[in-house]
Amino acid sequence: MELEDLKELIELLKETDITELQVEKDGSKVKIKREKILSPMGMPVQKTPLPGEKLVAELEDETQRLVTITSPIVGTFYRAPSPEAQTFVEVGQSVNKGTVLCIVEAMKLMNEIESDVDGTIVKVLVENGQPVEYGEPLFLIEPL
Amino acid sequence: MKLFEKILIANRGEIAVRIIRACKELGIKTVAVYSDIEKDALHVRLADESVCIGPANVGQSYLNIPAILSAAEITDSDAIHPGYGFLAENYHFAEACITSGITFIGPTPENIRLGGDKAKARQTMKRKGVPVVSGSDGPVATEEIAMKVARKIGFPVVIKASAGGGGHGMKIVKEEKDLEQSFYIAQREALTAFGNSELYIEEYIPELRHVEVQIMADNKGNVIYLGERDCSIQRRHQKLIEESPSPISTTEKFKKRLGELGVKAARAIKYRNIGTVEFIVDPRGNIHFIEINTRVQVEHPVTEAVTGIDIIKEQIKLAAGFPLEFKQSKIKPSGHAIECRINAEDSESFIPSPGRITFLSLPGGEGVRVDTAIYSGYVIPSHYDSLIAKLIVHGADRAEAITKMRRALDEFIIEGINTTIPFHKKVISNPEFITGDYDTNFVEKINVNTQKTV
Repeated sequence: MELEDLKELIELLKETDITELQVEKDGSKVKIKREKILSPMGMPVQKTPLPGEKLVAELEDETQRLVTITSPIVGTFYRAPSPEAQTFVEVGQSVNKGTVLCIVEAMKLMNEIESDVDGTIVKVLVENGQPVEYGEPLFLIEPL
Repeated sequence: MKLFEKILIANRGEIAVRIIRACKELGIKTVAVYSDIEKDALHVRLADESVCIGPANVGQSYLNIPAILSAAEITDSDAIHPGYGFLAENYHFAEACITSGITFIGPTPENIRLGGDKAKARQTMKRKGVPVVSGSDGPVATEEIAMKVARKIGFPVVIKASAGGGGHGMKIVKEEKDLEQSFYIAQREALTAFGNSELYIEEYIPELRHVEVQIMADNKGNVIYLGERDCSIQRRHQKLIEESPSPISTTEKFKKRLGELGVKAARAIKYRNIGTVEFIVDPRGNIHFIEINTRVQVEHPVTEAVTGIDIIKEQIKLAAGFPLEFKQSKIKPSGHAIECRINAEDSESFIPSPGRITFLSLPGGEGVRVDTAIYSGYVIPSHYDSLIAKLIVHGADRAEAITKMRRALDEFIIEGINTTIPFHKKVISNPEFITGDYDTNFVEKINVNTQKTV
């Protein structure tokens, strides 16, 4: 769950009558609650957040347990050593630290990208043949 | 002949924004590259596409040749503009671009290589009849040779690093007895700073003016000059204020001589694209070649103001193979322009001051230009140089330009960090600056007067 996603959810909450929102995405869970503050006359406040109103976000982030493998270089992402060959890894596959996960090709040089951890491939985040930049998330791995 | 479809800008900050502007006006798509701490930088926002090329440290990002070439490859860029600094004067990079089928927007790799070898450049110019300061004929390999040369030209001398430039790697030797030690220290320092211990020697001229000539050359060998700039206001060889024309360039005859020497120097090395030829002028008015800068310079807006020519657009057109659009006779600089380089530094100690800009208000009005990549809320990183804005004014004459600069500096508000705006206000009101009669010792003099450490 990215900060941008959280901000969007909070905005959504602010614009509506919703008092509690729970969202699960990509293995992370977020619960956002609006704490109602009673006005001096004992009436619940309106939906537009007044200065006294707070939004409380309880974040249960399950993605913290997943490891993201990012690209250390700029180039083109390939799932297999060559077009006809089998992919290096598939979702659900077990890998070890050092297992080659993919190739990022830069200036005609094939760079093998290895796993940093032992674990299982949860998700492949980019498409075969997609250009990637430095730091681009490539794989989500659930470590052992 | 057609212009490029897409240019990758291998730089950051204000010059990246400047290049993106020129590209947009020419209808060329732009690609920005950035380090992973610069996602919110202005040049990234303004470009059509952007590629993160590495972590914050420059070696792995803005100086990372494979990453930059790879970024050009995956975005299908057909040209790279290197800006200034970083890889702009790295001839390996220029060659690598060419090998990869990408146009390097700048001179040829050979021009860059020669420009970067200060001893050889001097030697070449001397041979071709461009006046140089008395000194060694090329590099001096040993202390004995250095002593011979120094005795011949007379002390004081200055030992310079061949691979240096811009004032870096210089040692002033006042007397014969200091030469040996200075020579060996200079060698060691040059090796550490530039990876090359080669040295050369020149006569030391204590009071001089740094006057440089903007030149442009096309592939057909046409070369023109676009007036000159005076850059004598420097601190530790870093330029702080530049102006055009130079206050000492008072006659058409002098302007022509200076400009034509610039063209001669460019022709001497078959220079292509745009560049700047640096001269020093001694108190007797003698002009001497110092070095050639094979890139666009920070202070190019000063020349743009007085000539009305967009130097970066012209540079891009020249790189695409277009012939020079202007004949020398059509270049008629008018008025007077001054540029103040605003750094994120304390105005007295010049200690860098990175951090968040909490409030920003830019000066404006007729004849005022600000080139910058900062915005309110922007966090200036500590990893890169401290230049955050260039303030350029253009007036009908020098007096009006000074008045305008004073007004513009008063309007320029940057809060949250220290800047050198107060320093520039001090200079612009300084009587010696106002007369135009200053030399490269000016900054040291005014700082000593206020008893602050330089």
